[in-house]
Amino acid sequence: MSYWKLVSIVTLLFIAVACSSDNGDAPDQPLNDSFNREAMLMNWADNIIVPAYTSFVSKTTELNAATTVFTETPSEENLIALRTIWVSTYIEFQNVSMFEIGKAEEVNFRNRMNIYPTNANKINDFIAEGTFNFSLPSTIDAQGFPALDYMLNGLAETDSEIVAFYTTNENAANYLEYLNALSETIETLSITLLNDWNENFRDSFVSNTSSSASGSVDKLANDYILYYEKALRAGKIGIPAGVFSNDPLPENVEAFYKKDISKSLAQQALTASQNFFNGIYFNSSQQGESFRTYLTFLNSVKNGEDLSGLINAQFETAKTNIEELNVNFVSQIETDNIQMQNTYDELQRNVIFLKVDMLQALDINVDYVDTDGD
Amino acid sequence: MYSALTSYFSKTTQAAPLAVFRVFFGLMMCYSIVRFWSNGWIDKLYLQPDFFFSYFGFEWVKPLGMYTYVLFAVCGIATLFIAIGYKYRIAIIVFFLSFTYIELMDKTTYLNHYYFISCLSFLLIFLPANACFSIDAKKGKATPYIPKWTIDSVKMLLCVVYFYAGLAKLNSDWMLNAMPLKIWLPSNYDIPILGNLLQQEWMHYAFSWGGAAYDLAIPFLLLYKPTRWFAFILVVVFHVLTRVLFPIGVFPFVMIVSALIFFDAGFHQKIINGISNLFRIKSNASNPEISTYRYTSNASIVIVGFFLTIQLLLPWRYLVYPGELFWTEEGYRFSWRVMLMEKAGYAQFKIKDKTTGQQFYVDNSDFLTPLQEKQMSTQPDFILQYAHYLGDHFKNKNNREVAVFVESYVALNGRLSQPYIDPEIDLLEQKESLRQRDWLLPFNDSIKGL
Repeated sequence: MSYWKLVSIVTLLFIAVACSSDNGDAPDQPLNDSFNREAMLMNWADNIIVPAYTSFVSKTTELNAATTVFTETPSEENLIALRTIWVSTYIEFQNVSMFEIGKAEEVNFRNRMNIYPTNANKINDFIAEGTFNFSLPSTIDAQGFPALDYMLNGLAETDSEIVAFYTTNENAANYLEYLNALSETIETLSITLLNDWNENFRDSFVSNTSSSASGSVDKLANDYILYYEKALRAGKIGIPAGVFSNDPLPENVEAFYKKDISKSLAQQALTASQNFFNGIYFNSSQQGESFRTYLTFLNSVKNGEDLSGLINAQFETAKTNIEELNVNFVSQIETDNIQMQNTYDELQRNVIFLKVDMLQALDINVDYVDTDGD
Repeated sequence: MYSALTSYFSKTTQAAPLAVFRVFFGLMMCYSIVRFWSNGWIDKLYLQPDFFFSYFGFEWVKPLGMYTYVLFAVCGIATLFIAIGYKYRIAIIVFFLSFTYIELMDKTTYLNHYYFISCLSFLLIFLPANACFSIDAKKGKATPYIPKWTIDSVKMLLCVVYFYAGLAKLNSDWMLNAMPLKIWLPSNYDIPILGNLLQQEWMHYAFSWGGAAYDLAIPFLLLYKPTRWFAFILVVVFHVLTRVLFPIGVFPFVMIVSALIFFDAGFHQKIINGISNLFRIKSNASNPEISTYRYTSNASIVIVGFFLTIQLLLPWRYLVYPGELFWTEEGYRFSWRVMLMEKAGYAQFKIKDKTTGQQFYVDNSDFLTPLQEKQMSTQPDFILQYAHYLGDHFKNKNNREVAVFVESYVALNGRLSQPYIDPEIDLLEQKESLRQRDWLLPFNDSIKGL
């Protein structure tokens, strides 16, 4: 081979490699004998995420309507009706909270919907001043479901006293305005997210089958585990049980003012997490491609442990544990915090399976940076 | 014996291969620094974190805040001086020091190829890589001939890297279970053509065995003239493949270019002529005198000999530690164990107040970046250093005596995760040293081989 011929071939190879982007964004080839990630992404988007958002959005519309009814006629009856819808919307929110991707990530959805404990002082100040801007990051602890919790359950002991804030209080008009703004923001944000999924995000999400850290599978897997670890395991159980502090923090229970729904919220979140892991359609028992089937496929190559079996068994154990807790986590913590901490331990076991074993099996990237695997 | 040595050390050879090596090395390193900078990694890896993991004995090496950019700039400028061969000796010393300082700032980013660059640049300090085709040579006296051992020492370092990487692959996980490639290759499903093949088990074995055979054989194929071109084509194919499959940055290019040094001087003279024509550089044709670079003392030979001996011995230090190397990582680094294992871990730290007995868990993301947390959770020395950092932090914060425990799990090469560190041990009572770590839990499996 002549010298220059070789030099040119080497140069071409160099250019070819140098021009291929650092993390291979090549379009997916038709796959036959490998796991079909696009089918998994489609199942996630079309059978789980979008239906869950659709259902949630209709709930937020009901919530907003009930708020309007209450603010037009602030009565105990309307307060009770509004509170009921707030509870069912809050529970429905647990089905979408884990999907912090795309627009949701952009608008910081989970934080704007559900930062607790809510900051009652801040809310009182905003109401007294009559000015606030919920799009500011500084207001995330004064909006969303926890703020509504305070406005509907936490202003006073009895319903009649609560209604008085919206009728006879000197700032009644501001209370009404703040309540309206809370419901409206929840609805508007949720609609924005759903529209974005329907209009364009769904397609880019499904087609982004890249194996890089920016690929949909890697991103949502990281989001999912982050949700399970931080929002569910720590937020709902661990932090109030005092796992991360010197003492238990009952005031950090989700829905602190309503109290008796904290268990339902946690149960719904856990069920939604397990269903997502198994690819179960929203509001149906049908199943599609999921982490479970993906792990099973990879295991057929590797002949390793039945990881999806272990993860599902651990989900069931954690469920049983939560089942035995008081509907009101505040009283659970005050009477028998050991039970609460045991629940945390069971949830924790799945963090290890998901974060260590599942991420290793799926070879998910944590971040984009050079590594040589050691 | 002595006469054989003296006659070897008095042998000379043309300087062209080392000159070409110097030019390409400078350019590659320049590209590497520019790429690192433009990816925003200086900020992300050295400015954003609150805490950095130090190497044992180098705890004083820390990022310099905004001056870290200056450090990278100095390092980058040095690469250009190396490439053009201007004030070469100073440039290569500056490069070696600045590059090595950068690598020592945080061991989270430890890569074998960065270590290789540090070794290579240290070696280059003692070699007359500016003897020809350089501004130094143009200004002073060009010496087209240099001692043969200088080029041989670069070849030897390359051979050590390949051969030891090959030896390290001779273990049961790599050869008998095709691990970790069985985990890594299927995730490259989105590569055209290859993507589908990479899902096949036989491919995982083919890559494992092929990789080991390549690493062990390539030094000899490159050294032996009749197989040299074939070997070089293998080098290109192999490294291009690794470049496509794994996020290892510029390393493949560095290795491809480095392998050129095995070719003889005629080949390199053609490259020099090609570059000269391209940039219209006039050669010193007026100076036809053939002269040889002369060392003023034997110090360079001694230092290089000592350095290469260390290179030969260091990778074997793991033998003095009991326990499974992949599990304990005692003697794992600086041994050309490249792409050898997939380790994932989880470490949850518990801070216990020694007086009240109250305890709580630490949220690692309060202190570490995701990358740091990932590296920390699988490596005992990281876990210990972090535990001490947490201990100091909470001692100062609450002014209380605390104990630090860790509950940790590690999954190695596709095995189910197992408990890693003894959760009953107060890590604050353990000190970092080169001694064996008895606070690690045993690895309930065995990996046979080197």
